Amino acid sequence: MTTDILTITDLKKHFVIGYSGILKREPITVKAVDGISFAVQEGETFGLVGESGSGKSTVAYTTIGMYRPTAGSIAFRGQNLFEGNKKRPLALKKEIQIVFQDPGSSLNPRRSIERILELPLGIHRPDDNRLEEIVRLLEMVQLPPDYMYKYPQMLGGGEKQMVAIARALATNPSFVILDEPTSALDVSIQAKIINLLIRLQEEFHLSYLFITHDLILMRNVASRVAIMYLGKICEVAEAAEFFRNPYHPYTQMLLSSIPVVSADEEEFKPKKIISTGEIPSPVNVPSGCSFHLRCPERMDICSMEDPLMVEVEEGHTVRCHLFSPEQGGL
Amino acid sequence: MAEQVEVGEFAPTITRQQLRELQRKNRLDNLGRAWYKFSRNPLSIIGGATVLIVVVLAIFAPYVAPFPEHARPFTDFANASRPPSWAYPFGTDEIGRDILSRVIFGFRFSLTMGVVVLSLVVPTGVLLGLVAGYHQGSWIDTVIMRITDIFLAVPPLILALAIASVLEPNLFNAMVAVSLMWWPWYTRLVYGLASTLRNEFFVSAAEAIGGSTAHILLREILPNMVSPIFTKISLDMGWVIIIGSMLSYVGLGVQPPKPGLGTMVASGAKYLPDQWWISVFPALAIVVVVLGFNLLGDGLRDLFAAEEV
Amino acid sequence: MSTPPLLEIKDLYVHFGVFGGTLKVLDGVNFTVYSGEKVGLVGETGCGKTTTMKSILRILPMPPARITGGEIFFKGEDLLKMRAGELHRVRGRGISMIFQDPTAALNPVFTIGQQLGAVVQYSIEGKRLSRKEIWERAIVPLKEVAMPDPERMLNSYPIQLSGGMRQRVCIAMALVASPELLIADEPGTSLDVTIEDQILRLLHRLVKEKHVSVILITHTLGVVRETTDRVYVMYAGRMVEVAATEDLFSNPLHPYTRGLMDAVPRLTGGGIADGIPGRIPDYLNPPLGCRFHPRCPHAMDICHQEKPPFYKLSDNHEVACFLYRNGGRGTQTP
Repeated sequence: MTTDILTITDLKKHFVIGYSGILKREPITVKAVDGISFAVQEGETFGLVGESGSGKSTVAYTTIGMYRPTAGSIAFRGQNLFEGNKKRPLALKKEIQIVFQDPGSSLNPRRSIERILELPLGIHRPDDNRLEEIVRLLEMVQLPPDYMYKYPQMLGGGEKQMVAIARALATNPSFVILDEPTSALDVSIQAKIINLLIRLQEEFHLSYLFITHDLILMRNVASRVAIMYLGKICEVAEAAEFFRNPYHPYTQMLLSSIPVVSADEEEFKPKKIISTGEIPSPVNVPSGCSFHLRCPERMDICSMEDPLMVEVEEGHTVRCHLFSPEQGGL
Repeated sequence: MAEQVEVGEFAPTITRQQLRELQRKNRLDNLGRAWYKFSRNPLSIIGGATVLIVVVLAIFAPYVAPFPEHARPFTDFANASRPPSWAYPFGTDEIGRDILSRVIFGFRFSLTMGVVVLSLVVPTGVLLGLVAGYHQGSWIDTVIMRITDIFLAVPPLILALAIASVLEPNLFNAMVAVSLMWWPWYTRLVYGLASTLRNEFFVSAAEAIGGSTAHILLREILPNMVSPIFTKISLDMGWVIIIGSMLSYVGLGVQPPKPGLGTMVASGAKYLPDQWWISVFPALAIVVVVLGFNLLGDGLRDLFAAEEV
Repeated sequence: MSTPPLLEIKDLYVHFGVFGGTLKVLDGVNFTVYSGEKVGLVGETGCGKTTTMKSILRILPMPPARITGGEIFFKGEDLLKMRAGELHRVRGRGISMIFQDPTAALNPVFTIGQQLGAVVQYSIEGKRLSRKEIWERAIVPLKEVAMPDPERMLNSYPIQLSGGMRQRVCIAMALVASPELLIADEPGTSLDVTIEDQILRLLHRLVKEKHVSVILITHTLGVVRETTDRVYVMYAGRMVEVAATEDLFSNPLHPYTRGLMDAVPRLTGGGIADGIPGRIPDYLNPPLGCRFHPRCPHAMDICHQEKPPFYKLSDNHEVACFLYRNGGRGTQTP
């Protein structure tokens, strides 16, 4: 019986980016995340996939505490992360850590690797021998001990990201958010890091929220996948099922456009759906179902009403009028 | 604490001794790299050398100046108003004091002014800017920056003159006057930098780990502002010296017979153009010091510039 | 191919002077592009692909960079021997380049019309065009890149456009003077996959309709497979393999190419193989002989000593690796 380590319920995060109107009173809102719910189980890798503007990074940043939710809640092992107006307690910070997308900006260029790794150790593990722990952390991400005295600019992209991973694991967390951890890296370095992350997950019983726009990577990393579009989740399924049997037209469209390297994979892809038009911005979310303007299966109701999430198979949910019971889709 | 640190595949054991060695080696490398960047521009080296020479002269003035006693009350009318010669390379002034020696002692006042003012102004201004910038949008920001704005709204030289004229004219009070009008510039500078830097991912990472505000301000954000702050400091040394000289030129600040550079220029002005050396050499000294600091500032900017390949 | 190549880089050596010595980045690069083809250049960050492309247009920062050897022939003329005035003819006209990040390539304080107009004016030597003439000429490339509502586009600022549109503007700017060769440096990297798909299809159409040759630089193998006719694989400042795209993917020969292919995740699942062990060499002290030998599972003695030449295994497939010196056996494909 698996328990949920992180539960997100009807999360909304809106940003006011300016004011319009004659008296500048009408707020212009970006609905980056507009009502999503999912739960990550202990020990699993939950994948969140989407294009730019989908809100997936906002989910990450809200969970780690950089933003407060506009509405909805996030709970860690049942405990609300945004209790009252206070800052998150250190005990919770220890448990939930993050690895950011761009290692170039997530490591302070003016601090040596030693100092970067010292921070979490000093705060959360003051009793352990600092020097030994740093060497051990570097060893854990396959970096030699003398890297301790180097500065981030002296390291390659992959190595920087490994330091970022070491830093995240230095607090002995239970839950790690990986926000596009390999998007900025080359394919062979990506392979190394992904395999490292998988090994570390087993060794330390970690749960991961893995965020990426790379569907093929997701296929090989996540146990369950959710796809986001303009702030809402369109489809959730167990990984193999998600890729073998996508229901949502958006999922099918993305899967049909990804470049693959072998003929086998080519056959595996759904029929090609050419996406016309641009990705709308989260400032101007279309009415009804936010995807209807680009959807090849668009019906009248799609521009008027936002569909609800429906379970189409066991463990597989979709938010699309094609499959809602009133439409007689199933 | 064990001397051996056990690790796995990379170094079966690595001792503290070896780690210290590696640390030393890295530090030397970093120094070498820093020097390389600094020395790309020969003007930076000239600036640095100039500043170094001036500082040494100022510190060792009593031993270096040919006639150290001329910096104190002294008269020698027999040798008054002599043009530059071997005995008196910068000539003598109207009461027979050697100008070279007085210039060397004059550096003391100028540098003291610069160092003291900046030692007061920089920590205060930077700290206020850091706190305000990090809390941008909150009441802390508003309070600090509005006070800063008030000080900035008053024309600086007038403020300095007003303060200095109320107080007794001497070096100490000149420094007080200049400090009070100088700190807001640092706050402004740092505020802009800090409010941008706080959005960097490494700051968010430090917050996510649980770093205290003090740590984030001083250890994460401040080190990334070193380049503009140091550049400003080296340029400011020049400015403070000029303003100090201006104050003493108008009779506030360093009073005769003390050898402030500005004072010397002022009292020698009436002897232009015939006994030109009485004003010109102190003026040149000001130019050299300020230029030296400016060139040094350029070099420091290059030094802290981000590495690119 | 019997026709003369459009672009031919021969034995290019480029070094950079830095603290600690010289970075010997490009170590004898050979690269050929024919008319009307799409050539891919695949390699990881730091392998020298951007340096090579910048050398063609001579836009490398000249200190610290130094071109220490080689020739670059464009339509028979050596670009490296040209003086500034002659290069002027080639840049933007014969050869054009689009860069990875369209947001960084466009000036945020000028409208598209102003920027495109500047390119238009620059491309016409001698004459100063009137605003109207510039406008009319600027619309043409915008239409070629299938921009909706080109007139409105001219009055927009880059910030008002999406990433895909910005990239299309950059392509339009590159097409103004009807170049014969377009160098696209990772054109889709900062874009979403559906938009990247559109951009790549646009490039494909341009090649067919306007007979432009395209050099597509990327580190994404999937994109190479779908978009190019021929591919070069580059490692640490040297080309290690060149083949027709189909051949490269069905039969990768060089151990580095194999390592890369293995590391690519598959849509069919199954996890990812480990990447290639080690890291790219230090250009200050690069390995002697074959630069890949420290990381190569099949390294032999000769690999430590001599630089492997290109061995031709078929009309469409050459590889710079001693495993193939006897023509073809190499290692058994698992």
